[in-house]
Amino acid sequence: MAAPPGEPRRVAYLYLLPAFAVYAVFLLYPIGRAVQISLYDWDGLSLGTWAGLDNYLAIVADEGLRAAFAHALVLILFYAAGPLVIGLALAAILNHAKVRGLGFFRTVVFLPQVIAMVVVAVAWRRVYAPDGSLNTLLGALGLDSLTRGWLGDYTFALPAVGVVGTWFETGLVTVLLLAGMSRIPTSLYEAARLDGAGAVREFFAVTLPSVRAEIAVAVTLTVIAALRTFDLVYVTTRGGPGESTSVPSYEVYHRAFGLGEVGSAAAIGVTLTVVIFVISFGINRFADRRIS
Amino acid sequence: MTSQQRQPRTTRTLPLTARNPARVLAALLAVSALAACAPGSSAPPPASPQATATAVRTDAAALGDVTLTVWDQEVRGGQAAQMEKLNSAFQAKYPNIKLNRVSRSFDDLNTTLRLALSGNEPPDVVEANNGRSAMGAFVKAGQLRPLDAYAEAYGWKERYPESVLRYSRYSADGKLFGEGNLYGLPQVGEVVGLFYNAAKLKELGVQPPKTWAEFESALGKAEAAGEIPLQFGNLDKWPAVHVFGTVQGRTVPPDQIGTLAFGRKGASWTTPENVKAAEQLVSWVDKGYFAKGFNGQGYDAAWQAFGKGQGVFLIAGTWLLADLQKSLGANLGFMLPPGATADAAPVATGGTGLPFAITAKSPHPDAAAAYIDFITDAEAMKVLTETGNLPVADTSAQTVTPGPQQDVFTAFGTVTSMDGLVPYLDYATPTFADTLGAALQDLLAKKAAPQEFLATLEKDYKTFAESN
Repeated sequence: MAAPPGEPRRVAYLYLLPAFAVYAVFLLYPIGRAVQISLYDWDGLSLGTWAGLDNYLAIVADEGLRAAFAHALVLILFYAAGPLVIGLALAAILNHAKVRGLGFFRTVVFLPQVIAMVVVAVAWRRVYAPDGSLNTLLGALGLDSLTRGWLGDYTFALPAVGVVGTWFETGLVTVLLLAGMSRIPTSLYEAARLDGAGAVREFFAVTLPSVRAEIAVAVTLTVIAALRTFDLVYVTTRGGPGESTSVPSYEVYHRAFGLGEVGSAAAIGVTLTVVIFVISFGINRFADRRIS
Repeated sequence: MTSQQRQPRTTRTLPLTARNPARVLAALLAVSALAACAPGSSAPPPASPQATATAVRTDAAALGDVTLTVWDQEVRGGQAAQMEKLNSAFQAKYPNIKLNRVSRSFDDLNTTLRLALSGNEPPDVVEANNGRSAMGAFVKAGQLRPLDAYAEAYGWKERYPESVLRYSRYSADGKLFGEGNLYGLPQVGEVVGLFYNAAKLKELGVQPPKTWAEFESALGKAEAAGEIPLQFGNLDKWPAVHVFGTVQGRTVPPDQIGTLAFGRKGASWTTPENVKAAEQLVSWVDKGYFAKGFNGQGYDAAWQAFGKGQGVFLIAGTWLLADLQKSLGANLGFMLPPGATADAAPVATGGTGLPFAITAKSPHPDAAAAYIDFITDAEAMKVLTETGNLPVADTSAQTVTPGPQQDVFTAFGTVTSMDGLVPYLDYATPTFADTLGAALQDLLAKKAAPQEFLATLEKDYKTFAESN
């Protein structure tokens, strides 16, 4: 390959070296170490013993761990799908109606993102408590039969945790989509209207295709957030009742620091990393293909 | 904007598109090859020399200039106050020993101690949780020093009843819990019993129960009167362990509970007595004795509600005394769980606060032992009492004003002097806290029948006890 005029190409790598060194020390080395530890049976204190792929096989064989990964997939519905639908609707309305004080509304929907997840979780724990505001509200509406300790209910605990995620991520998705929509040229809408499209038709024919890239970004961010959920579960339910809200990230923490099963924790962490990588890769591939 | 213009922005925002996965993998492998030694210390730690009583130096003033690093978890209110008082008294008495105190919350200490101990310069004195996943694991890895020689030199065995000392005993390989070498000394005692709201009992026309049957009938009367009989919040998974332990103490002989809780071979969860305990617990759910929605209520929220006057009884540990006394005052009462008859020997779940242990790598074990001796001697127990804590030794020798605090002191003094403390059930195996907590949520929500519940416990217990 002929080099372009100017300095020879190899020198370029030298410029990359400092950044790469930092990257290697703080990212590649820890990842490599995590992969290595995941192949050992190690309690974090004494000498580890070689376990081969046992820790990984346990993830497949252990019913509780399989369930934890399944719970993470359920959370994707609440973290990604829910906010996407709500966010699209909200953004379309806010963008279309050209509401006064748009900046104010944008700030309000984005507000949850500013609060630390731990604080969010503590607040929602009070909302869901047997004597909390959700049950008070249901009682006031005459729906006493629906009141319950939400986070302690086997059917509703996981959805209850998920709804917090929906509340948290919707603002981010809305603001992202709003930014995308504001860049759509008005001429496209005028053209659509000339063709006789109503508001709904307009949304599907013009708005939705134009914000595909933003959707891809939103979905990637929220799916990753769903898969690595930790603080929310740690604060609200500790994986309970029973095992019904345990998720992989919580298991990583619990096994490494609580039970001293560091090898197993590393294996779950590595598996989770791979799953997140594959899913994000898939979303990007999908978005890229649709765009070009 | 055209789609061609959009595309690069997409790929820039999403950093996860690897151009060349194979190259990434190769880099990863190269990195892991660099670190291709097994995790953990490369050589097994040297067996800490078991000093003989004659070799131990107890004259701390003659030890020369020493700095002791102490990690404790006494961060709150009265706990912090007693620690500060004792530390300054110690330094005044032994100016040659300097204390470097590192204080962390219970959770923070638990999660960081493991790393600190495996380092080359661990702290000299640490507060290590008694259970197998903490102290047991540290002993197994040879990171704590056996204190038996010091116990002899300082007379710790006379200071503490054996039922208290056994919570800090492990065999040298960490496999046997509850016997063997002594690895630490606790300052405070704990016992799980019945807190009650005396005003409410009076309203109901009920005397504080003297037998277990009277307790159950009091629960029934409270329920009939529209009160919350038993305040309870089990969202955090573990609170039910204390309630179950209390019920179990009525039906299962204490020595069997001890065997189960220390994770030894020779007992079983699937006995008729345990079934009876589990069934009784479930029957309380059916009869509406527990607060509504208890599996979705937090532990703190529950005892705070009891403090606000919601609930007649609360099964909980003495560590709540100071806070509950603040809100309920003289209306607060505490008693040991009553037995089948009024004069039955007391049986209650309980034990000690976190014991203070000496790390194997500490260069100043004699000074460290002198420090531990100082913060647990008779004078120290007085300081603990003054600052609102429950001292683990000499409990009956303390003078406290009549009322809830005296109830608690009397209860603890009685149960320890009669060797009626049974260990926390979650000590049994490294994973038992989890197994039991989740299984109890299942049992109380009727997702599992008593037999299934016990089978779950039996599996964890047997797997561990057989392989240990």
